[in-house]
Amino acid sequence: MAWEVIHKTAAERAAASLTDEMRAEFGWDKARAMLDGFPDGGLNIAYEAVDRHVLSGHGAEEAILWLGKEGAREHLSYADLAARTARFANVLAAHGLEAGDRLYGLAGRVPDLYIAALGTLKAGLIFSPLFSAFGPEPLRTRLEIGEANALVTTEAIYRRKIAAWRDEIPSLKLVLIIGEEAPEGCVALGPAMAAASEEFEAVHTRPEDPALIHFTSGTTGKPKGAVHVHNAVVMHAAAGRYALELKPGTRYWCTADPGWVTGTSFGIISPLVNRVTMIVDEADFELERWYSILQNEKVEVWYTAPTAIRMLMRAGKEAAAPYDLSQLRFMASVGEPLNPEAVVWGKEAFGRPFHDNWWQTETGGIMIANTQAMDVHPGSMGKPLPGIEAGIVERTDEGLRDCGTGEIGELALRPGWPSMMRTYLHEEARYEKCFVGGWYLSGDLAMRDAEGYFWFVGRADDLIKSSGHLIGPFEVESALIEHPSVAEAAVIGLPDETAGEVVKAYVALNPGFEPSEELERDIRGLARKNLGPAVAPREVVFRKSLPKTRSGKIMRRLLKARELGLPEGDISTLESDET
Amino acid sequence: MTEDDIRRAYIEELVRVAPDIDPATVRGSDHLQDDLELDSMDILNLVIALNSRFGVAISEAEYPRIATPDLAAKFLAEKI
Repeated sequence: MAWEVIHKTAAERAAASLTDEMRAEFGWDKARAMLDGFPDGGLNIAYEAVDRHVLSGHGAEEAILWLGKEGAREHLSYADLAARTARFANVLAAHGLEAGDRLYGLAGRVPDLYIAALGTLKAGLIFSPLFSAFGPEPLRTRLEIGEANALVTTEAIYRRKIAAWRDEIPSLKLVLIIGEEAPEGCVALGPAMAAASEEFEAVHTRPEDPALIHFTSGTTGKPKGAVHVHNAVVMHAAAGRYALELKPGTRYWCTADPGWVTGTSFGIISPLVNRVTMIVDEADFELERWYSILQNEKVEVWYTAPTAIRMLMRAGKEAAAPYDLSQLRFMASVGEPLNPEAVVWGKEAFGRPFHDNWWQTETGGIMIANTQAMDVHPGSMGKPLPGIEAGIVERTDEGLRDCGTGEIGELALRPGWPSMMRTYLHEEARYEKCFVGGWYLSGDLAMRDAEGYFWFVGRADDLIKSSGHLIGPFEVESALIEHPSVAEAAVIGLPDETAGEVVKAYVALNPGFEPSEELERDIRGLARKNLGPAVAPREVVFRKSLPKTRSGKIMRRLLKARELGLPEGDISTLESDET
Repeated sequence: MTEDDIRRAYIEELVRVAPDIDPATVRGSDHLQDDLELDSMDILNLVIALNSRFGVAISEAEYPRIATPDLAAKFLAEKI
């Protein structure tokens, strides 16, 4: 069915940070002018996010309001952040870490993780976030690929997931443990911070110096480390203001975990660069807790994800009714396409629609968005932000062909925006493959309508999007094969009304093993231990053999088509079918 | 059903959803997310499983009341 367009009032348009006029006049110099930089041409993300606000007299303003799981509250002003990130940078220097070294963050949403991320950047090191619910295998792979020099984590995570193989990562010189005590071979962060000076001048990194490594999954092979530079902060500043309506003093809640790119770009950097007050909740999703936070902390801008919105929807709009959410002025969503029902439900439950937007790990910041001044076409990801040129193209033998209005093709972006990845770490060839005919190819299928709105259609590859997490089937299959009973495995994403997609695995067993409920649980249990619950399959089914091509590649696409009752498409390369 | 029976059944359903958990090590006060590391999709699946096992509907607002085996046993005993 066609959904009614949600029109904005003249007042809403006028109040928008990005008006049509500004769109027309936009240039990257205007975005750069939102920042200070150093007189010598240097640019440092942490300086832009923290130090400059203190130097310009805003040190007393609240930067972070942290809400602990058990009800604790901690207020951090910009001056507090400047001092604590300086201490952290001094701790790194005291341990011989230098600009260009790589520090990984691995913890839940606690203040020290935010301080570590910013302190790392301040010291000129490269920060790489890890998701704390990952199991040991994804963690180890990412530390190996990125040749981690330092890690900040908690004692519990270290003992459970790292200690067993820590010595096998030769590059890893320093493990900092949040808190007052640390296991042998690690350094307790609390005492180290207390002993460090709170004076540290942010390193004058060059705009093209690497700042962040964000790992993302591929359909084949290992995860890829997308490298972003300090100049990405130009995009973070502009996108925060234009797509999320962030202004100095805005009370802003990004529910994304900083273990992923959204939680870093728009859960740490962009909001602080825009001098907002960030609400950080340590706890996971819980219906009443979330509504209470929105109300009690007077959240004005809320950036969340489809899975969470759909969980709120399950409880009905009556659950929102008792809360006073009148201060909420802008709601946005990212992670996977937001279904039109959810966009409209926002209007019914909160009096305003959710504004979906689109971007990827590789793009470093929001590319396509429904902004405050735009009418919302429910189900559409919106239009490209100023400075971003997006197209719909089809790969042909000669290169690329532009697709017409309403035609489905691959969503592509014209390279050159500040937060574009600069490489995949140690994988130049894979990086080069993303660029064809002067476009960056996103791997997402989409179409553009006559009004210029973009609509997501699906992935062009086998990647799975579950609860906003991009999951590479190969990584999951590799973990399944580690079970002694599993001969081969294929993993696909199946549509799910809450999570978008859920991971389902097909396995063929080695001789001597018989399918059983107990074996299914054992295989799934091992996968959960090694990969973590977000990545491991929710269901494992048994097959005698899996459909394969002549070259021995498992045809995941065919399994998925059959599961969904869809046409099987081109099966000319099918050599042996599933049994 | 006694609370003990319910707690046992709850743990059975829990390890079906999250088979990485050894039922012998689960304590009555273990929190689903903080101690047992379930994610929100796991909890949704657990709620569905409890619903079909006990025939009780658990609303989103009631999720905190099944957050540990002890809490759940008490809550479900009242509901059944």
